Amino acid sequence: MKPADKLPRWAEFGLLPAINLCAALLISGAVIRLIGESPWAAFKLMAAGAFGAQDSIGYTLFYATDFVFTGLAVAVAFHAGLFNIGGEGQAYVGGLGVGLVCLAFGSCSPWLVIPLAIASGCAFGAAWAFVPGWLQARRGSHIVITTIMANFIASALMTYLLVNVLIKPGQQSPETREFGPGAAMPPVHELLARIGISFAPSPFNMASLLALVACALVWAFLWRTRWGYALRVVGQNPQAAVYAGISPERTIMVAMTISGGLAGCLAVNELMGSQHRILLDFPGGAGFVGIAVALMGRNHPVGILAASLLFGALYQGGSQLSFDMPHVNRDMVILIQGLVILFCGALENVFRAPLAALLRPRAARPSP
Amino acid sequence: MEPESPALQAPGGPPGPALELCGIDKRFGAVHANRSVSLAVSKGSIHGLIGENGAGKSTLMNIVYGFHRADAGEIRVNGRRVEIGRPRDSIEAGIGMVHQHFMLVERFTVLENIVLGAEGGAMLGRGLGEARSGLGRLGRKYGLDVPLDAEAGHLPVGMQQRVEILKALHHRAEILILDEPTAVLTPAEADQLFRMLALLRDQGKTVILVTHKLREIMAITDRVTVMRQGSVVHETATRDTSPKALAEQMVGRAVLLKVEKAPAKPGAGLLEVRNLEVRDRLGVPRVKGASFSLRAGEIVGVAGVSGNGQSELIEALAGIRVPTGGSILLGGQDLARGSTGLNDRRSHGIAHVPEDRLRMGVVASFSAEDNAILGYHARQRFNRSGFMRRRAIREDCAEKMASYDVRPPSPSLRITAFSGGNQQKLVLAREIDCGPSVLIVGQPTRGVDIGAIEFIHRRIVALRDSGKAVLVVSVELDEIMGLSDRILVMAGGEIVGEVPGSEATEEALGLLMAGVKGDASR
Repeated sequence: MKPADKLPRWAEFGLLPAINLCAALLISGAVIRLIGESPWAAFKLMAAGAFGAQDSIGYTLFYATDFVFTGLAVAVAFHAGLFNIGGEGQAYVGGLGVGLVCLAFGSCSPWLVIPLAIASGCAFGAAWAFVPGWLQARRGSHIVITTIMANFIASALMTYLLVNVLIKPGQQSPETREFGPGAAMPPVHELLARIGISFAPSPFNMASLLALVACALVWAFLWRTRWGYALRVVGQNPQAAVYAGISPERTIMVAMTISGGLAGCLAVNELMGSQHRILLDFPGGAGFVGIAVALMGRNHPVGILAASLLFGALYQGGSQLSFDMPHVNRDMVILIQGLVILFCGALENVFRAPLAALLRPRAARPSP
Repeated sequence: MEPESPALQAPGGPPGPALELCGIDKRFGAVHANRSVSLAVSKGSIHGLIGENGAGKSTLMNIVYGFHRADAGEIRVNGRRVEIGRPRDSIEAGIGMVHQHFMLVERFTVLENIVLGAEGGAMLGRGLGEARSGLGRLGRKYGLDVPLDAEAGHLPVGMQQRVEILKALHHRAEILILDEPTAVLTPAEADQLFRMLALLRDQGKTVILVTHKLREIMAITDRVTVMRQGSVVHETATRDTSPKALAEQMVGRAVLLKVEKAPAKPGAGLLEVRNLEVRDRLGVPRVKGASFSLRAGEIVGVAGVSGNGQSELIEALAGIRVPTGGSILLGGQDLARGSTGLNDRRSHGIAHVPEDRLRMGVVASFSAEDNAILGYHARQRFNRSGFMRRRAIREDCAEKMASYDVRPPSPSLRITAFSGGNQQKLVLAREIDCGPSVLIVGQPTRGVDIGAIEFIHRRIVALRDSGKAVLVVSVELDEIMGLSDRILVMAGGEIVGEVPGSEATEEALGLLMAGVKGDASR
């Protein structure tokens, strides 16, 4: 980024993402037009699908919770200068940690099981991310390559475990038996019902609170503790880190461990909040969406919250759309999401220079 | 340095201008880098362009070379107006540039490097063949002998520079721009370069020398243009001016070219270095058995052409590199053994201002206050059980800014928004304020304007006078001679001589500096 392209904060965090989003929707609209549907009707259906009813809001927030965890995971690694592509695999293996605890102690009190399962999911995800972290720090293996590979290994490992070891005896589909009653994350609609508010049932559960807490903790860690300071120094200038007596190797491993732990929390939302068993490929790409979420949210917890909501809405509204419009199928929804990722992530600087030129104070503008 | 013999000055009156700049204006955002700059460079002359860092001379030359496009103004070559939007345009107009950091592909041979950008067709064979014979002629004509088949990265820097010049000439440059060409040369190599430039001028080429070193301007140029804050403030024939006058034009006020200091009163030995050996990653020895001592209340300078082991020496002392042999004794403890790392060094009272500020000394994307705690962020003053004390950090930074005259005094501003001099003052404040007994300073005034140089030198001398030991490494001989009470000269990784500061002359130091690598500058 050239210094001349610096934007005021409100434009950097508000206007520019909005313009990028509009551009993505514009092209999506054109494609919808091409297949003979009305773009306007489609977007209205999507919006209604995401926010139009209580249960759809619930689903939107449920999906958003997944993306907060994986988005934070990408962001923490990013601040240490690492591109963690492995959120998917870390979440998957985190699910093993969550699931094993839930299967073993599912009949105990939720007050015991939930903290234990969260801790175990974090630990499994963290351990899975530690390996690429260690390889990067001690052996110089590139983190992008190793985390991608770790995704495949995680997938193969989980398939093996689900097919051969953890599968519920006497059934065909590779899933575990259902968790016990103590291992359910309380759904929000049930909690609301207890205080007399009726809310349509949805998988929206208390893991969302955990996500908010994670946002706050990540913020405090990165910008208010000396370890977060050290981590950001390593990410911005590893040589200055060495000079400052910070070990980049150790910091890389710490950052990856935290990152993996956050990704592992996705399983708390998905498995304890919705599925109540371990099943094949339950992260469903949320680990990759986390990359787009972190990019769009500028690697800041507040931005990640906002971007997660957007992607949650796209996800939920998109599935509603494919229900209601005959010509729009699942692939079209993926196309729209892809365009949003493309414009908000990869092409985020396309509109930066013109916008900067437009916003530059008159005095500083070159005279014609 | 005295001006060279009169034979080197241009003969006769200058013919018409080879390069004319008229009203060049350039802004970068809020920065007005060039303010309606006009300049005429006569054909067959050496024209000096001098100014402090940030005066706009590099911007101006980058516009001429096509890296930047001017907002307004025009460029004329031999009286004909040219549009220069990219380097290719300027090469076609007959302008060549030798950058401060050479633009050579290290793994290519000299010949391949020279042909780069003028390959002459899809297949290399013919272009290379023609270039080989052409370069032979050029080399003989200008005395620029280079081994065409050697790998560029293996050549000594003086030779690499020659390759750059040959490359420009091969691209039919009539106007040659050299940006700070002597930064990496010994005084002897610099003289050789100047003789080469004089020869080029006598053959009718036009040379523009961009520098901040007054003595080079005096030694070689025919005319000199002084820039300050984006404008041309002075232009004159070199023989009609003096270093002092030029310095004042550059800064805009009277300056002290000499560091004012009382004689040193060295006390007890603080740091003792014995047979220190440092090897790089590939196992090549960079420091070969250096031994010296550092006493309280003295400034010891390390002179040498850059790349002769000085960097490795101070990085080993500062704990960034692990020495492979020898000892570093401080207060009876050997720091070369056992625990290493900067935290350890800092706890022993060794502070370090690194040579390359932006590469190591600061984090460019951080605010001034976050940079003012770099390396000390774990101290109680700045954090309570892990949590940063933001207020204390801000107040501390504000104090440092006040006592070191850092402008603007805004702790929350990004460090890169400050000028080089103000950044360096903040780094110095950070390292001195923690109360070290030994301060190691690499290139104290690299990329620092003259006003801040005086300030930084005064602070270093004040630290000495308070009974601390200071080790200064600099490639600026003037700085070493001005600051140091004792001067060590490094060449080829060894300390090849020691000279008392009061008796040092440039010639003596230059001979020592060149001693080991004399053959490299042939």
